[in-house]
Amino acid sequence: MSVNDLFKKELKVVNMGLKSFYNDVKSQDVSAIQVNWKPKAGGKKKMMDLLGKLNKSN
Amino acid sequence: MSLQTIVKRNAYYDSATLLLLSRELQKIAGVEDVLVGMGTDLNLNLARDLNLATSDFDTLTVNDLFIAARFDETKTSMEAIEQAFNDYLNKGADTSENEDYMPPSLRAAVQNMPGANMVLVSLPGQFAAAEVEEALDAGLHVMLFSDNVSVEEELRLKQKAVEKGLLMMGPDCGTAIINGVPLCFANAVRRGKIGVVGASGTGTQEVTVQVHRLGGGLSQVIGTGGRDLKEQIGGLMMIQSFEALIADPETEVIVLISKPPFPSVAEKIYTIAKNSPKPVVIDFIGGDRAAIEASGAVACISLEDAAQKAVSVLNGQPVKDFTGFSVPEAEVDQMVENVVAKLMSDQTELRALFTGGTLADEAMKLLGDHYQIYSNIPLTPEMAIQNLPGGRGHICLDLGEDEFTRGRPHPMIDPQTRTEFFESHVDGHTAVILVDVVLGFGSYVDPAGAVADSVREIRTRLAKENKDVIVIASVCGTDLDRQDLNKSISTLEAEGIIVMPSNAQAVRLTDKVMQRMMKGV
Repeated sequence: MSVNDLFKKELKVVNMGLKSFYNDVKSQDVSAIQVNWKPKAGGKKKMMDLLGKLNKSN
Repeated sequence: MSLQTIVKRNAYYDSATLLLLSRELQKIAGVEDVLVGMGTDLNLNLARDLNLATSDFDTLTVNDLFIAARFDETKTSMEAIEQAFNDYLNKGADTSENEDYMPPSLRAAVQNMPGANMVLVSLPGQFAAAEVEEALDAGLHVMLFSDNVSVEEELRLKQKAVEKGLLMMGPDCGTAIINGVPLCFANAVRRGKIGVVGASGTGTQEVTVQVHRLGGGLSQVIGTGGRDLKEQIGGLMMIQSFEALIADPETEVIVLISKPPFPSVAEKIYTIAKNSPKPVVIDFIGGDRAAIEASGAVACISLEDAAQKAVSVLNGQPVKDFTGFSVPEAEVDQMVENVVAKLMSDQTELRALFTGGTLADEAMKLLGDHYQIYSNIPLTPEMAIQNLPGGRGHICLDLGEDEFTRGRPHPMIDPQTRTEFFESHVDGHTAVILVDVVLGFGSYVDPAGAVADSVREIRTRLAKENKDVIVIASVCGTDLDRQDLNKSISTLEAEGIIVMPSNAQAVRLTDKVMQRMMKGV
């Protein structure tokens, strides 16, 4: 979806991180969803890279 | 004194929550120092610096949460601290927002919300790039609030975004308003026909706020992150956004806000401006006016001036530099006489304490080279705050910079940092205090009240020396912001603070006061 297509759509927000940003968007009656994010692979860089590659090949 | 650590394995909370939680636990009687954080290198080092580290730290991973506390065992206990920790976290659990389903991954979130089109990322920097990449690969636009993302990653992600025709706002992008929805730190403004692309967070907020107050409205406000116009990134997101606004039928005037770009990047922007069928207003704060005008764009002398010119252009009115005040200058001069008369002859120094970096930068640029102003974001290297001779001289600080936010929230979220600077940096030599009060989404619930409390404390303190101080503020906010512009102004004025309608006017008044002081009080 190009930037100009986005301008014509209803904004639908996925929030990853600070919950207050999600609450602020929700308070404006905008569709939003909060990801219950945790570091993948215990935050170990090598494992995260491997997981990233696996994800892409799926 | 007892030093103890509690470790909670695989319990993730965001840094803002934990920093605020640390502050809460600090209030427990008997607690000398406490830090709650995830086991990141940054937090572990911070705990070590605070002498809070114990042997438990050796086993911590970034997935683990720790509570490290030093406390007086006769007054409290680690159990009481943990109970307060649980109470704080549970406090929010009863609210309805916590009943919302929270999927564990971006992929699951998108499956749960068909048509998702924007991803806000405010994760720790080291994890952010991978999530952004996944979002872009899924065809989603991104606002990347996190900092600590390398310039190489930024370039790679922006190249991918441009290739796919997507927004990748950031890293370190604090403000945007897309389709009328304020994101992260943004003000509630009316919708309209002025489109903004900004590489400066509070600079962009100030322009949007001023447009709103002039009766104008915003079509889209797109952030790029502060590094976008540097040589390495080449203005990828500003160019992409600029072209999108040119193509956007809802946008009639385009405003670009940034610190001066790298010359070759500026050239690219000027070329697009030259060919733009829509009027373009540019504030490259302190940038090359002649080059901007040669491109056919309207050049500006302040953020407020940019808003005024954008609204004038939209309304088909002639544009002229706004160099003065909203009230007659004679009134301002009389006010200057009145306030300067309150000062003693040894009160000579400026203390400009900003929460918004661009507003601090604009203040120093507008005050120009009449004054030697020391800063943590100095205009020239020799004016670095470290070079301040014996602590005496004019100071302008951006309190949102990393050196002041380590281990605590940004001063726009939590006023504590500035409160402490009011205590430590204002004394009997201070003549003028200059501050910004930034309202809007993301900002503290009552920033004006926090400034007013500090000013009251300062006046009580200075009264012991039979002194007073001049306090000048501007409020970056609107009547639609939840903190309410008018209420904020009343709160400040009730404390004898002079509230100006913009940062530029607050700085100009400060200049007049300082010029008048130099003539002798």
